[in-house]
Amino acid sequence: MTDAAPTANRPSAPRWQRISWFLLPIALLVAALAWIVAADPLKSFNNGAPPVEALTYERVVLDGSGIKVQVRAGGSESMTIAQVQVDDAYWTFTQDPPGKIARGSTVWLSLAYPWVLGEAHRVNVVTNTGTTFEHEIAVAVPTPEPTSSQLTAQGIVGAIVGILPVAIGLMFYPALRGVGQSGMNFLLALTVGLLAFLLIDMSGDALELAAESAALFQGPAMVVLAAMASFLLLMAIGRWRGTPAGLALAFFIALGIGLHNFGEGLAIGAAFAAGSAGLGTFLVVGFAIHNVTEGIGIAAPILKVRPPAWSFVALTLVAGAPAVFGMWLGSLAYAPQWSALALAVGAGAILQVIVEVSSYLIRSNKGQGSALYSPAALGGFLSGIAFMYATAALIKI
Amino acid sequence: MQDEMPQFEVVTRRGLLLGGLVAAGGAAAVATSAAAQSMQGHDMSAMAAEPALATDPYAAPPAHGGAHGNMMTVGEVDHAANGFDPSVLLTAWDTGTLSTTADGRVLRTFEVEAVDKEIEIAPGVMFPAWTYNGRVPGPAFRAKEGERLRFVFRNFGSHPHSMHFHGIHSWRMDGVPGAGLINPGEEFVYEFDAKPFGCHLYHCHALPLKRHMHKGMYGAFVIDPDPALHPEFEAVAKSRLLGTPENANWQELVMVMNAFDTNFDGANEFYAVNTVAHAYAVQPVRIEKSRPVRIYLVNVTEFDPINSFHLHANFFDYFDTGTSLTPTLKTVDLIMQCQAQRGILEFSYRDHESGMYMFHAHQAEFTELGWMGMFDVVEA
Repeated sequence: MTDAAPTANRPSAPRWQRISWFLLPIALLVAALAWIVAADPLKSFNNGAPPVEALTYERVVLDGSGIKVQVRAGGSESMTIAQVQVDDAYWTFTQDPPGKIARGSTVWLSLAYPWVLGEAHRVNVVTNTGTTFEHEIAVAVPTPEPTSSQLTAQGIVGAIVGILPVAIGLMFYPALRGVGQSGMNFLLALTVGLLAFLLIDMSGDALELAAESAALFQGPAMVVLAAMASFLLLMAIGRWRGTPAGLALAFFIALGIGLHNFGEGLAIGAAFAAGSAGLGTFLVVGFAIHNVTEGIGIAAPILKVRPPAWSFVALTLVAGAPAVFGMWLGSLAYAPQWSALALAVGAGAILQVIVEVSSYLIRSNKGQGSALYSPAALGGFLSGIAFMYATAALIKI
Repeated sequence: MQDEMPQFEVVTRRGLLLGGLVAAGGAAAVATSAAAQSMQGHDMSAMAAEPALATDPYAAPPAHGGAHGNMMTVGEVDHAANGFDPSVLLTAWDTGTLSTTADGRVLRTFEVEAVDKEIEIAPGVMFPAWTYNGRVPGPAFRAKEGERLRFVFRNFGSHPHSMHFHGIHSWRMDGVPGAGLINPGEEFVYEFDAKPFGCHLYHCHALPLKRHMHKGMYGAFVIDPDPALHPEFEAVAKSRLLGTPENANWQELVMVMNAFDTNFDGANEFYAVNTVAHAYAVQPVRIEKSRPVRIYLVNVTEFDPINSFHLHANFFDYFDTGTSLTPTLKTVDLIMQCQAQRGILEFSYRDHESGMYMFHAHQAEFTELGWMGMFDVVEA
């Protein structure tokens, strides 16, 4: 009879009892940690080997006072920087904050070193155990400073590579309005194709940057998880009130592309700061051409609706303006793990719009999944990828 | 009115110029007084207290930056914890204990222990060294030509070690595997005659040789000429023989050029004379200008084919391997030594101005990685 008693009817345990069931395992964990620290059961593994040391260079600033580097400690214990070499010469330096560097924390090292414009330098940190950590400054140029003229110049470059091409792409809107269903399929698939290229490109860049970051950030896992989280969040937001279509879908595409352009801005800004890429006219023009398709992609889902005029301005800014912020941030506060994170979030957003545009394509063909493999759609998809791949050749150095 | 205006301007500009000159002069005076203060003892701790040596890295270093400016290691080595001070090593000779053999000859006995020891080879940089008697370089042994020498060697280290002397002796005393290479806890006595006179070295000949060398197992081994055996150069021989009045007039220094590969990648991170990088830049070597200088120079640098010694603002006579009483090179300011090459340098600052005179390896890389020092030449 007790077995038959429905559990739902049983009065729930008092609150204190439920809390105590939470506290018990936590108390056990605390006790276990205390025992491990106090009794040191791992003592027998101590073979006299020195602690593992790791040091990651996150920022390098070159200016009239010399070289400053920001480094992050990531070893098995806190570590001590004893000396610093620049180009195989010991150089006086100051460390801020001074002393031992706790695992995971950063310090700035300042060296009054007369670096030479346009030439390479090597900074080499020697720790108290004699371990060395080297960083190459491939091309020494003054690090951009946040002056108004500098920010303006970078803003203009950001606008050229981000805002201008999106605006030009959107200007195809009137011309594209008259296309039939297969033309529509071509344009939507073209959008998916260019987004697929951006996804691959961005994921690659994110993983590359993740590899440069300190081990404790677990770069690759961070990139994958951030991309997944951003994908799921945007999917959930997008489907809050039904599947996105029309202007809403256009805004999601603009957001995904905007995050991509933010990443592109970061990369250009960082290259600018590192002096590893001269921002030639060729490169800027390349980015502009490369990004024109983005505007066409944004326009595709709104061809059959008549959105208000302000929405075109808003779409342009959502997709293009992040390039400007990316430029500023990339040149001023460059740290590989944060750039990788931004790119990963962007990759997740791109994946979301790939899914939504594909689903929109199917829906606009009366729910026939076979529309994805129609000649128009396949042609559009492949054209999108091919165009992006070909124009990317302009910007890869 | 119109005439006065330009005049006023001219005066103003002159005034500005004058003010600028006064300011510059004042700055120069401050800089000079700062130089005068911090040059005394050339104390690096005082320098560390300054916020920055030079705010403009492109400006020539001020006088008080010494000749090195910002190109220096930071901080100071704890010589007391190391158990040896490079400034003391320069003149610390191990002459052993004297006794007489059964057949009436002078017997000089040295006690040597191999011990593992972590030493500070540059400020804040610890190196797990293998040492003779707890110091790197090992003791600088000094004997007289023709004496009987006995080295009682005990290995308290964690690896097999030996003492391999550059000298003339039996194969049994050579310190190679099978001839005086002993395991931890063992003892061996090397015995041979002190010959030929000269500036020599000894080192561990256990295998792998590179590792045993660069871990710190080496030292100088000087045999002074017996004046009685060199009547044609008796005065020179007497000046070389430790303990004679002629020798006491000389300022003798022993310098072992060594280097350390702290990350064990087969290339050195630190170069020095007598182990501590920049030791004699931080604490210059005091030289009395009235007395001649003699340096017993030995190169034990591992991994690099050669090392060198360059003397600033002066020239010296060089006795390669020290086995002659006449110079093998006269009036040079630079000599090269491959590993285990050594020799004697003789020079004088008698006619020089007092002041700081630099010496260093003339491989700029070695200099910049720690092998640089200063002679503080004083009136005396």
